[in-house]
Amino acid sequence: MIVAQRKPFAEIKDMLQGYNKVLNVGCGTCVSVCLAGGEKEVAVLNTELEMARRLADDPIDIQGHTIERQCDREYLAELDSIIEEGGFDALLSMACGVGIQFLAERYPHIPTFPAVDTSGLAVNQAVGWYEERCRSCSQCVLGSTGGICPITMCAKGLLNGPCGGTNKGSCEISSDQPCAWFRIYERLSGQDRLDAIKKINTARGWKNQTPRNLIQPGYMKPEKMAK
Amino acid sequence: MNTETHVASGSNLEKVLRSGQFAFTGELGPPRGTNADEVREKAKFLKGNVDAVNITDNQTAVVRMSSWAASLIAIQEGLEPNYQMVCRDRNRLAMQSDILGGYALGIRNMLCLSGDHQQFGDHPDAMGVFDIDSIQLIAMVRQMRDEGLFLSGTEIHQPPKMFIGAASNPFADPFEWRVHRLAKKIEAGANFIQTQCIYNMEKFRKFIHLANEEGLTEKVFILAGVTPMKSVGMARYMKSKVPGMDVPDEIIDRLKGVEKEKVAQEGINIACEQIEEFKEMKGVHGVHLMAIEWEHMVPQIAEQAKVLPRPVFS
Repeated sequence: MIVAQRKPFAEIKDMLQGYNKVLNVGCGTCVSVCLAGGEKEVAVLNTELEMARRLADDPIDIQGHTIERQCDREYLAELDSIIEEGGFDALLSMACGVGIQFLAERYPHIPTFPAVDTSGLAVNQAVGWYEERCRSCSQCVLGSTGGICPITMCAKGLLNGPCGGTNKGSCEISSDQPCAWFRIYERLSGQDRLDAIKKINTARGWKNQTPRNLIQPGYMKPEKMAK
Repeated sequence: MNTETHVASGSNLEKVLRSGQFAFTGELGPPRGTNADEVREKAKFLKGNVDAVNITDNQTAVVRMSSWAASLIAIQEGLEPNYQMVCRDRNRLAMQSDILGGYALGIRNMLCLSGDHQQFGDHPDAMGVFDIDSIQLIAMVRQMRDEGLFLSGTEIHQPPKMFIGAASNPFADPFEWRVHRLAKKIEAGANFIQTQCIYNMEKFRKFIHLANEEGLTEKVFILAGVTPMKSVGMARYMKSKVPGMDVPDEIIDRLKGVEKEKVAQEGINIACEQIEEFKEMKGVHGVHLMAIEWEHMVPQIAEQAKVLPRPVFS
C-alpha cells in the first residue's frame, strides 16, 4: 500500500494561517490502513487545530469528511455538495500525494494543503511499522533477484551488487539496514539460482523520469479527455 | 598474463603490467580547497616512486577538488594519474563528458567505483545519483574505448582509450560471492583491479586461490591494496568503524607490542612484509599503496619494500 506520515503539527498550522473555514478530507484506503489519514486521524488533527487556534485567539471552523478514496472520481463526487454548500476558504487533505492532487484538481478555486508526507509503497511489518519495498520503477527485476528489490532496498540502487560496503549482512549506511544484495545472494543461493545474478545487468533506461501514463490493453483515454 | 590483447592506452601503468613487472601504485587525495600547491606537495613524494597515482573522487563522500582537475595537476608534476570516478555524483552524461575531457588532457587510467554512500560525507542530504553502477561504468568505458560508441550507441569522434581499473573487496560479505563479482567486473571490461586494504592475509590468500582456480588472474591484473597502520587507534578504527574492512586482532596486538614511538614504523614493517609476500603470490601483479594523508612516507616505504627503482619506458 501507499504509506504516509502526518506532517509536524506546526507545519500544518502554519499552512492554514489566515484560513478560517477549512474542510479536512480524509481517505479511507491506504493512509487509513497505515494510521496516517483516515477518519480517526482527521478527527484528532481537527481537534488539535481547533485548540491551537483558540489558544492563539484566532479560532478556526474546521470540519472533517473522510471518503473511500481520494484517487477516484467516483468517491470524490460525494464532496461536491458539501464543498458547494460549506463555503470553505481552504481544503486540507490527509490523503497520499496522489489523492490530494485529484482533490485539488476537482476544486481548483479553493487552496488545498497537504497534512501528510507520502513516503512510498510499503509492507505492513507490524502495527504502525511500514517498510518501503517498491519505488515503482516501471521495470521489475524481482524475477532475477529472488523477490527482493535492489532499486528500493539497496541504498545505492545497484543492479549489480553487493558493493564493497556490505558489512556483515548490513548496509554501509547503518547496521539496522540489511544489505539488499546480501539477502538476494542468500535467497538465490538457497534456491540454487545464483546464475540469475552472475550475468551483468546492463545500464537501464530509466522509465520514471517523466510522468507516466498507464492505459491497460483494451482500454483507451475517453475521447473527451484526450487532447 | 595475456599480453596479446593490447589496449594501447599509452598508460605507463599498463606498460609496467604488460611487461610482466610488479606494479606499484600510490594514492593522492585532492584538497578541500583551491590550492593546487597542496596537490603538488603530495605529488613530490610520489614521483618516481610509483607507476601511477590514484586521484580520489570525493572520497568518503566529502567534497574535494575534482578528481580530473587534481589528475591534471599530477600530470603537470610528472605523475601518471589513475583517475577515480564514482557513480554517486554524476549521471551517464556527465560521466562520459568528463571521460572525454580527461582523456583529451592526458588521463589514461580510470578506476571505476560505486562510491561511498552520501550519508557518510559532509552533504548527507545530497541526492545520490547512481544512474549506473560500477560494473555498468566499467562496461561503458570499455564500450567507449573498444567500440567507439557512447552508451547511447552513437559514435564518438576519436574515442578515449582508457586503461580500465576496478576495485575488489575480498573481505566484504558474502565471501563466496566476491570471486563471482570479480568475474563480472572482468567480463564488463576491467583490465586491472585494485583491492581493498588487506590485513587479513589468510582470507586474501584464499580469495586469490579461488580467483586463480577460476582463471580470473589470467584475465586481469590484480594489485593488492596495502595501507600501513600509523597507530593503534587507527587500527582499532579500521576494524570497528570502516565497513567491509577486516583487521585481525594479531595486527592490533603487534602494534600494541612495541614502544609508542615505534608503532608507525611497526605499521610500515607489517606493510612491507605483506608486499614481500605479494611479490611471490601467484595471481598478484602488483601493490596499490594507500598511504592516507601519509604521502611523505611513500619514498621510505617504497625503499623498504624494495620496489625501487620503478621501470621507465622510452
